[in-house]
Amino acid sequence: MSTEISSAHRSHQLGRIFIYGSLIVLAAFYLMPLWVMIVTSLKSLDEIYSGSFIGLPKLITIEAWEKAWGQACIGTACDGLRPYFVNSLLMVIPAVVLSTGIGAINGYILTKWRFPGSNLVFGLLLFGCFLPFQAVILPMAQLLGKLRLSGTIPGLVLVHTVYGISFTTLFFRNYFITIPDELTRAAQIDGAGFFRIFFSVMLPASLPIIVVSCIWQFTQIWNDFLFGVSFTAGQSSPITVALNNIVNVTMGRKQYNVDMAAAMIAAIPTLIVYVVAGRYFVRGLTAGAVKG
Amino acid sequence: MSTLEIDRVRKSYASLEVLKEVSISIGTGDFLVLLGPSGCGKSTLLNMIAGLETITGGEIRIAGKVVNNLSPKDRDIAMVFQSYALYPTMTVRQNIEFGMKIRGLPAAERDKAVKIAADLLQMSHLLDRKPSQLSGGQRQRVAMGRAIVRQPKLFLFDEPLSNLDAKLRVDMRTEIKRLHARLGTTIVYVTHDQIEAMTLATRVAVMKDGVVQHLDEPQAVYDRPANVYVARFVGSPAMNIIPGVLEVNGSTVSAVINVANRPAASISGMSLSGDAARKYAGKKVLVGIRPENFSITTGNARPTVSVDIDVVEPTGPDTLVVFQLGGVEVTARLPPKQANAGQEAILSVDTSKVVIFDADTETRID
Repeated sequence: MSTEISSAHRSHQLGRIFIYGSLIVLAAFYLMPLWVMIVTSLKSLDEIYSGSFIGLPKLITIEAWEKAWGQACIGTACDGLRPYFVNSLLMVIPAVVLSTGIGAINGYILTKWRFPGSNLVFGLLLFGCFLPFQAVILPMAQLLGKLRLSGTIPGLVLVHTVYGISFTTLFFRNYFITIPDELTRAAQIDGAGFFRIFFSVMLPASLPIIVVSCIWQFTQIWNDFLFGVSFTAGQSSPITVALNNIVNVTMGRKQYNVDMAAAMIAAIPTLIVYVVAGRYFVRGLTAGAVKG
Repeated sequence: MSTLEIDRVRKSYASLEVLKEVSISIGTGDFLVLLGPSGCGKSTLLNMIAGLETITGGEIRIAGKVVNNLSPKDRDIAMVFQSYALYPTMTVRQNIEFGMKIRGLPAAERDKAVKIAADLLQMSHLLDRKPSQLSGGQRQRVAMGRAIVRQPKLFLFDEPLSNLDAKLRVDMRTEIKRLHARLGTTIVYVTHDQIEAMTLATRVAVMKDGVVQHLDEPQAVYDRPANVYVARFVGSPAMNIIPGVLEVNGSTVSAVINVANRPAASISGMSLSGDAARKYAGKKVLVGIRPENFSITTGNARPTVSVDIDVVEPTGPDTLVVFQLGGVEVTARLPPKQANAGQEAILSVDTSKVVIFDADTETRID
């Protein structure tokens, strides 16, 4: 009896060891590139060229980070990534706020104020989710030209807002459809109008999906390269374009440490957003599934 | 407090007609119950009274004033919904205050109204909770509180008890009745539960397929249903509808009903107008007998029917006895322990309560 228990116990332990072992190996495999990036960015250029990629730096230096942030040359200007980081912020904040706000109102109308043909409108909006970036570049460039927004950050804000509406509308529409219509009816009888119901009843109840929409839009817009490279030039570029220019345009020895530091600087904001708001993200994605 | 007149009101969605010329009129302080199965148009009618659905044709008047084109907030009504429809992010107090805030009432007045409603519904201790922290019955109470503070001309209830369990439903039913007695406000109440209709209403409108089948006091609807549909819908177990033939002999009207393996039974003594008696003499009719209008024959009471009892279902206070009569299954409600399955029973019928229906149109013959 006791031997049976102990053998079962042993095989259980073996299983655990196997599971944790494979998880650790896989995690290490996936973390390897990040590890290489971090250690490389903390090494001096001489050490990189003399030693291995993977090993710990002999002498930790943040010189590469300082250079990537403030001195690296992009084209003819040598101001580092900082101005482009600011560009990206100036682009991403209004674009996220606008696209989320418009998506919320769209979702509200499409669920609580249906009109003849509203399903068709929703269907056409959804179509925008499947539209590849490449397909809209040319007409969008013409539109921006007509609006005199070519090569500007407001132009980029417009592009990302328009492109994001499909996704944010989908998010909010699917969330609001789980909120019973009786709630809007009760508010109507209480005397609330269209916007009063939206701001006092619907929005306070939709925090999870607001977070999902913001994270999604922030990641999409911050990481976008194609629109950035197509519709801006020089000083108005977002950080992704600037990063590309740093990495791909080199004079003399390739500065791996600066490249790595620059790539990490470009990635940090999205990381922060996920760490801070990640638990709302999961909650928001599953909210529609559990609410009645 | 006011009257409500629904005057030849129609509703259609494209080619689909959901309400066909509905006319209902009730007085101040009346409790009107719209009773019917799902899809009969009762909730649509309620939403039209509330102003949440447009009116295709006809007029709705509240306190004599046509409200067809008024928005819900201008109709001076309050509504309680089946799902309670409490604002999920607001506390109970904020829920109750919401409408008053929109109307711009000062804080002192709002507090007073909230306090009165909370005391009336015994929920003062719940005011700072969120709806998610309340039980079903408590949520229903908050929803009623929100309606009360409005002091409307008209209360509208849309199946308010359907989401509650059986025990709570009975308690809340009593509470609604008490509330109506205390406030005296005119109420329109939608339900598919005939017990709720019987217990609460001063007027019942039984609806089917967008048409009011019968509009009257609950007892009148129960005793003299306008047609077979109403007879079957109101009352549990339902009224027995038994095919028979009407025989008229001088001033005596009787219904002859076939009994399996026995001579036909003749139930006589129904009161019928001379015209109807002449018209239906010798014709096929439907005989409506409520289960409680059968009784075990004592002495030589007349008329009697002898039947073979099929099933006996004791419910406690009385026993339901099932047997075949006129080719259909018939239920009688008898005192306990007076009949056994498989035995013969001789039953007498209270003919003053028997209702006769036309066999083809299924409407009541008077």
